[in-house]
Amino acid sequence: MKILEIQDLNVKFTTPIGEVYAVNNASFSLNANETLALVGETGCGKSVIANTIIRLLPQNAEISGNIFYKGNNLLKMSDREMEKTRQQEIAIIFQNPTLSLNPLYKIGDQISEPLLVHKKINKKEAFTKTKKLLKTMGFQNPSKFTGMYPHQLSGGMNQRVLLSISLTLNPSIIIADEPTKGLDNELVRDIIEEFKTVNKINNSSLLLITHDLSIARELSDRIIIMYSGDIVEITKTESFFKNPLHPYSKILLNSLPERGFNPPKGNSPSMVNIPKGCKFHPRCPHKKKICSEKTPPIYSIDEGDVRCYLFQ
Amino acid sequence: MTHHIEELKKYAISKLNLNAIGITIFLLFLFIAIAAGIISPYNPWIRFEPYIPPNSSHFLGTNDMGNDILSELLFGARVSLIVGFGASIIATVLGVIIGIVSGYYRGMMDEILMAITDIYLMIPRIPLIIILAALMRPNFWLIMLLIGFLWWPTTARVVRSSTMQIRDASFILSVKSLGFSDKHIILSEILPNINHVIIPKFMLTIASAMFSEASISFLGLGDPTMKSWGMMLNFAFMKGGLINEMWWWYLPPGLCIVAVVFSLMLIGFSLEEKENIVLGLE
Repeated sequence: MKILEIQDLNVKFTTPIGEVYAVNNASFSLNANETLALVGETGCGKSVIANTIIRLLPQNAEISGNIFYKGNNLLKMSDREMEKTRQQEIAIIFQNPTLSLNPLYKIGDQISEPLLVHKKINKKEAFTKTKKLLKTMGFQNPSKFTGMYPHQLSGGMNQRVLLSISLTLNPSIIIADEPTKGLDNELVRDIIEEFKTVNKINNSSLLLITHDLSIARELSDRIIIMYSGDIVEITKTESFFKNPLHPYSKILLNSLPERGFNPPKGNSPSMVNIPKGCKFHPRCPHKKKICSEKTPPIYSIDEGDVRCYLFQ
Repeated sequence: MTHHIEELKKYAISKLNLNAIGITIFLLFLFIAIAAGIISPYNPWIRFEPYIPPNSSHFLGTNDMGNDILSELLFGARVSLIVGFGASIIATVLGVIIGIVSGYYRGMMDEILMAITDIYLMIPRIPLIIILAALMRPNFWLIMLLIGFLWWPTTARVVRSSTMQIRDASFILSVKSLGFSDKHIILSEILPNINHVIIPKFMLTIASAMFSEASISFLGLGDPTMKSWGMMLNFAFMKGGLINEMWWWYLPPGLCIVAVVFSLMLIGFSLEEKENIVLGLE
């Protein structure tokens, strides 16, 4: 069952140096109880998609397309309706956990706040629930931590606090925007474990945004590869790691340590002067004449969807 | 490096001492204002023999009407502080609301509110109050309101710039994603984070308001039925206190005004300095 469906999403920013096309013609869907990984290099538009879904883009953004959540178009909702949708239906965890928490409040208060505001339950009940959540997130002694401030906790702990906040109202979708950025390897393992528990207890769908292929492999059911604002491939995670379709996917996989650690050659294109045709063609080993002339459409084949003329 | 930290500590301690001095003086006057009815030797409106120099029964002598000057001085603390506080509360509330709204929402709202603020900043404030007070019947509450409604623009400016800093912090984005309303975000996320700017500003506004009230009263445009320090100065000037060198009449109210304003300045500045030390700006 499709819980979130994105159709022909275009996001454009007007900046002093020109127009930046951050997302072009993106269409994909998120099924119930599914973990979908959105993978791509820094600056390819992953976070823009996340922020578009919860409508928290800056004012210079121009959005077109449709985002259907349970049949309602999120892009056409009033601000009041959107406030009700955020967190109660769709929760988001931002990158940089320590900066995402208000430095002046104890974490216990920050976790229970959504319960007090949206559910109107009393403080005592909220705190009981808060402690329970912290315990499932791997805090052995929750009563000790509820009275602490964000600066007293490590980045990994703050990430788990944010994860607890996102779970307070049992949303149907959790969007995690690079949840492991800036954390060391051991903490990344911990966070992955926490996400697995979340999936088990909460029955929610997870949209995982990351540039770390190993996390995507561990957690996701399907994977979307983005390149410079375009979705270039959507496949099952298993088949992606066995048999990637798009030339960019192949190059990306070869950059993994276990596959020889070959970084892709060349640079990702600037978002202002985009190459004509397929955006990947200047770096592509299989490029043909047509690649530099026309943007390839999405071809659906058995293994998945791919935006490349090789699969014509 | 250690040397630097030592220096910084010394500096911080000297600033804290200034703060303590300021608070002590201010609390003293606050006590006087509250307990004026108990500690003053006479009712300030009772008439004795006029123009008595200081003696054992009238420590600061009496004025032209025969009122006890010490009692007048103690009750005057009440009037002056009420005007200062009242005007500053009005100015701070207005300034904070206007500053937060324009800093948080930006856009058209910001442009309009800041244009109004600019216009207000250009108004010569004391002359305007003088004209208004001269046109209307001088009234204690009226002067308080006028000062309050004219003293907000600087507060609004400072609050706006701090709000703009906070609104772009990533925790504001993350609480927006929690689906909280703008009202909730402003009141419980932004306001606590800019308190450190508002409180010193509030203190300095009290000082400024008291000073203005004294100026206006001295010019004879104050409320004649209220004995404020400015009013006492006015009478001392008008009724020959200054020419006859009756220092016990004109000096105490002047010194009191200076002392309270000085204490508020010390508190306000040291709060600002403390903030700068914490932020490492020094």
